[in-house]
Amino acid sequence: MTAATTEIAATRGAVPKRVALVVGALVLIAALSLFGGLRYGLLLAVGLGIGITFESLRFGFAGPWRAMILRREPAGLLAQLLAIALVSVVAFPLLAGHPGELSGAAAPIGWAMIGGAFVFGAAMQVVLGCGSGTLVNAGSGNPVSLLALPFFAIGSFVGAYGLIWWTSLGALPVLVLSGTGGLIVTLAGLAVIAAVALALATPGTRRIPGRLVLAAVLLAAFAVANLVISGQPWGVVYGLGLWVAKAAVAAGADLSSSAFWSAPSNAALVHQSLLTDVTSLTNLGLIGGAFLVAAWRQGGLSQPLPKLPARAWVATVVAGFLLGFSSRLAFGCNVGAFFSGVSTGSLHGWVWFVAAFAGAFLGIRLRPVLGLEART
Amino acid sequence: MTRRFTAGLCMALVALLILFDQAETPLNPYHAPPAFAFGSGQVVTGGFCAALPQ
Repeated sequence: MTAATTEIAATRGAVPKRVALVVGALVLIAALSLFGGLRYGLLLAVGLGIGITFESLRFGFAGPWRAMILRREPAGLLAQLLAIALVSVVAFPLLAGHPGELSGAAAPIGWAMIGGAFVFGAAMQVVLGCGSGTLVNAGSGNPVSLLALPFFAIGSFVGAYGLIWWTSLGALPVLVLSGTGGLIVTLAGLAVIAAVALALATPGTRRIPGRLVLAAVLLAAFAVANLVISGQPWGVVYGLGLWVAKAAVAAGADLSSSAFWSAPSNAALVHQSLLTDVTSLTNLGLIGGAFLVAAWRQGGLSQPLPKLPARAWVATVVAGFLLGFSSRLAFGCNVGAFFSGVSTGSLHGWVWFVAAFAGAFLGIRLRPVLGLEART
Repeated sequence: MTRRFTAGLCMALVALLILFDQAETPLNPYHAPPAFAFGSGQVVTGGFCAALPQ
């Protein structure tokens, strides 16, 4: 059999597989809409769309920050800023006009928040996966992210458990930019970061590739859809902690000693289906969307697994836990705090970005020391 | 070993999570909220990373 014949046979074999993937995703959305409610089906679809966007267009957070720091390549960071700007242009008027129905990612700036963001920035460079990135990478079969993910969830649960205490160490009142003035300040702030990134950029790298522009536009559309459907911005970390809280309660744990998990709103969610929790649904969608793309691609899942030293796997477990723990203290990860915080006017999103970017410098130095840059 | 194994393992774990969840707390279509929070007139109550409990 010639190479051309083999390729044709492989393409023919891929068609039923791809049809099955699409039909499977549509059936899941339809079943959830039917048995849970249309809102939940739509949120799963939004999550799938985000996962597909990330994986197919190679959009991300941790990788572009690394590229900016190590090689002064700003394209990925600029695409993130573009997506945030697009969301803010729509979200600010929506939030101003519908204050009860819709809420932003508003959180207080505090010592634990800043420290948490710094640690998150370092940990996300160690495993090269942020909140959304860990989900997407796990779905596409990255073994480091797959191992990090459960510890991310445990860390999120533990961080939330003592969140009230950590916040009591010192925090400002919640500071939020709003209205037209707030939108102008937000867009100006994003433009300043973009200008700094462009000024520092290596010559010849000062443009955003078309695929990243498309990804930014799609991501912004999905983020706005998330806000309109659920009433809250796109987030990741809360849902992961909720999975562990639910498992802990099922195993007989008593969460009444946690001010966070015993609060009526959270206690109610622990006793409801995860398929009715906004961030859980989009998280599951991100994993599923990334899997769809990886399975869709010719040879997308045939990449051999990396051979890493034992210390790399230990570091992955620790970094995974720290990702979850620190992002709860920081009131969100790159999604809930940076992307959604900035795009809905919360000043903690800006502080999160500065602290996490500083932490990324440390994480980039730690990654080779911990043996995570070995390849097959 | 390839990513086929780890991606499959990931999806199996997700399926287990959903099965566990549905065994503990089945969905109830009669408690479904409006399809869109926007325009529903209802106050948003979902859990979110940035929200401190009241």
